[in-house]
Amino acid sequence: MTEAPRTGVYVCDCGFNILGTVDVPEVVRYAGTLEGVSIAREYKFMCSDPGQQLIKKDVHELGLNRLVVASCSPWLHERTFRKTAADAGLNPFLFHMVNIREGVSWVTADKAAATEKAKALVRGGVRRVALQEALEVRREPVNPDVLVLGGGIAGIHAALTMANAGKRVILVEREPSIGGNMARFDKTFPTLDCSSCILTPKMTEVKDHPNITLYTYSEVVAVDGFVGNFEVTIERKPRYVREDLCTGCLKCVEECVYRDARFPNAFDLGLAKRKPVYVPFPQAVPLRPVIDPRDCLYLKFGKCKLTCVDACERDAIDFTMKAEQVKVQVGAIVVATGFKTFDARRKPQYGYGVLPNVYTSLEAERLLSPTGPMEGVPRLKDGALPKAVGIIHCVGSRDANTNAYCSKVCCMYSLKLAHLVHERTGAEVYNFYIDMRTPGKGYEEFYKKLLEEGAHLIRGRVAEVTNAALSKGERGKLVIRVEDTLAGFVRRIPVDMVILSVGMEPQADAQAVRRTLNLSCGSEGFFTELHPKLAPVSTATDGVFIAGACQGPKDIPDSVAQAGAAAAEALALVDRGMVEVQPYAALVDETLCSGCKICLGVCPYDAIGFDAEKKVARITEVKCKGCGVCVVACPSAAIDQRHFRTQVIMEEVAGVLA
Amino acid sequence: MMQATAQEARFEPRIVALFCNWCTYAAADLAGISRMRYAPNARIVRVMCSGRVDPAFVLEAFRSGADGVLIGGCHPGDCHYKEGNYKAMRRVALLRKVLTDFGIEPERLRLEWISASEADKVRRAVDRMTEDLRKLGPLTWRVG
Repeated sequence: MTEAPRTGVYVCDCGFNILGTVDVPEVVRYAGTLEGVSIAREYKFMCSDPGQQLIKKDVHELGLNRLVVASCSPWLHERTFRKTAADAGLNPFLFHMVNIREGVSWVTADKAAATEKAKALVRGGVRRVALQEALEVRREPVNPDVLVLGGGIAGIHAALTMANAGKRVILVEREPSIGGNMARFDKTFPTLDCSSCILTPKMTEVKDHPNITLYTYSEVVAVDGFVGNFEVTIERKPRYVREDLCTGCLKCVEECVYRDARFPNAFDLGLAKRKPVYVPFPQAVPLRPVIDPRDCLYLKFGKCKLTCVDACERDAIDFTMKAEQVKVQVGAIVVATGFKTFDARRKPQYGYGVLPNVYTSLEAERLLSPTGPMEGVPRLKDGALPKAVGIIHCVGSRDANTNAYCSKVCCMYSLKLAHLVHERTGAEVYNFYIDMRTPGKGYEEFYKKLLEEGAHLIRGRVAEVTNAALSKGERGKLVIRVEDTLAGFVRRIPVDMVILSVGMEPQADAQAVRRTLNLSCGSEGFFTELHPKLAPVSTATDGVFIAGACQGPKDIPDSVAQAGAAAAEALALVDRGMVEVQPYAALVDETLCSGCKICLGVCPYDAIGFDAEKKVARITEVKCKGCGVCVVACPSAAIDQRHFRTQVIMEEVAGVLA
Repeated sequence: MMQATAQEARFEPRIVALFCNWCTYAAADLAGISRMRYAPNARIVRVMCSGRVDPAFVLEAFRSGADGVLIGGCHPGDCHYKEGNYKAMRRVALLRKVLTDFGIEPERLRLEWISASEADKVRRAVDRMTEDLRKLGPLTWRVG
């Protein structure tokens, strides 16, 4: 180091957040005694403009060449103060942030202990910063294309927003059609808009948009690279129908050797049947059939009359299709992989899968859909219209045994289902709820409307659904046993059909997606945003944004709003044209390198090559992500990591203990 | 159980917590945001990856007066840098043997997998290690 450190230490009160638990004046006094410290100050809010001005003024007037700010987590304000340093004319990497809020004041009860801990951390920071060196952030160009993962309403909206802004968008959907769960619904609350009527035009717009490349029946299997420069590997499952040749006439479906549909259609949650060659629903986009190899005679046994092939005038059916991988380069990724519903079998007391005429709410959506298995009029197994229907709220939600959280959408969709069931069947509808939660524009009004329509609303968590009749009136019925907590007694209400309002859960493969994209999940398994309030669609991985129910339970308006936000963030990133990459790369001291090549094997990114002429390891900086694994592995101590140099970390370790 | 003397009761172990930026450090932040109280004995030093934890850091910590070192990384399979945590796991196993040879109880070095959402695990890990070290007593080994 050429220049003796003249360090400024700034200890933040953070209002009372830090001051309430840490004796800040004492920390400031102590910091002033540390070697190399020129000035130590306390301020109410260091991150505020006056706080930052204070630093800049000191840098100019006192000639500071190092800065330490002891305040909140570097995750929150490291960027802020690096910019302050840069504005003051200092290299931003000659600054170090000490976390005395999340790391001290918020987790410590005793003030004396908190103050001691804060002093120790400041000491570590002061000693560390003295050894830090000036670094330059690397600027990399950004690929302007974007990828959207998931073709539900959130993914569709994000894709269209960015495509309309002139970006090339690649939309990847796992199912044979886009549309997601919204395509399953008949009506949407609180306006009772027809779901298809508002969704289908957007689906068609995706198909026809010149800027959108749509990969359905495809999954993202690998993501490499970094912000602005991702390489995404997409695996396209074989449809056995060539999308480019097929016109969507569906003659192959008509002429399939199976005269009758006999395989459960996943889109209808198994309530309706389809043939081995099928489109999941009439408005599917793309309107291209898919052949399920588990059902197709030819694909299973190699023997079939192949009437589908004969029927196809375009020779689009191709049984030789194999899964293929496509690699695309994009600058940003929007993840909108959605949710799954709670498995009602986990609440056996409600009889799902055991008692007849017990459906989940998503199944009820299909029963109420004009294109669904009952053409929009829910009927009992014997074909009769139900006279009474019970809708049980909070199935799997707000329950210590299953999911503790509220799924947010169930009260409203349960009221909607109550309205629709009554409208279509004339049945008396009973809703059983714990609390009625209807915040949202027009939502409370919808609840009032249902009350006026004469829906029966009973407050109480249902104990069980049983077919054990205790009286003549209960015979042949499903009896809902519940404590009516408003009336104050236990009731038995006989109904013909039960709908279980299941909550929203992360997708079954959310963990795999998380790993592929380097995201993190909260304890419920939904993807975690960078900050719950101020960065709600960003993630800890730069360039990857989240939208819709993959981030947490959400209704359609919220999903669409969040998708728009994610699209805007992604656009802001790719339109900037450049990204700054933290200069934390490893570097090799060629005079120390013995050419043993151990580091080549430990690097997870293939960033280390071997210079055969000089017989030394060489790091390709663009590929290095700065994990530092090779530094530790090097037996000659020839590798070090910028900003996290071995000596620097050692100094911090010694400093927090001294 | 032995009656703790006044001297022992006052012993506050010092722990250096080397936490990876992406999982365990984020979990410690979450513990703060959730206002979980835990023992003030751990001093967190942030590294980008648990795979960056050089055995030298651990030895430096013990040399500088730590009674324990806690390394926190992402769960196996979840490393932000693919597999740095596996490297940490193997290095810790080896390092424990070295520590034993040096006369340092191997339980003074711990490795915990703590994901970004597991704030409570940070609290438990620090509290438990503080308690255990209190029973074990101060590290008496020092470089002469």
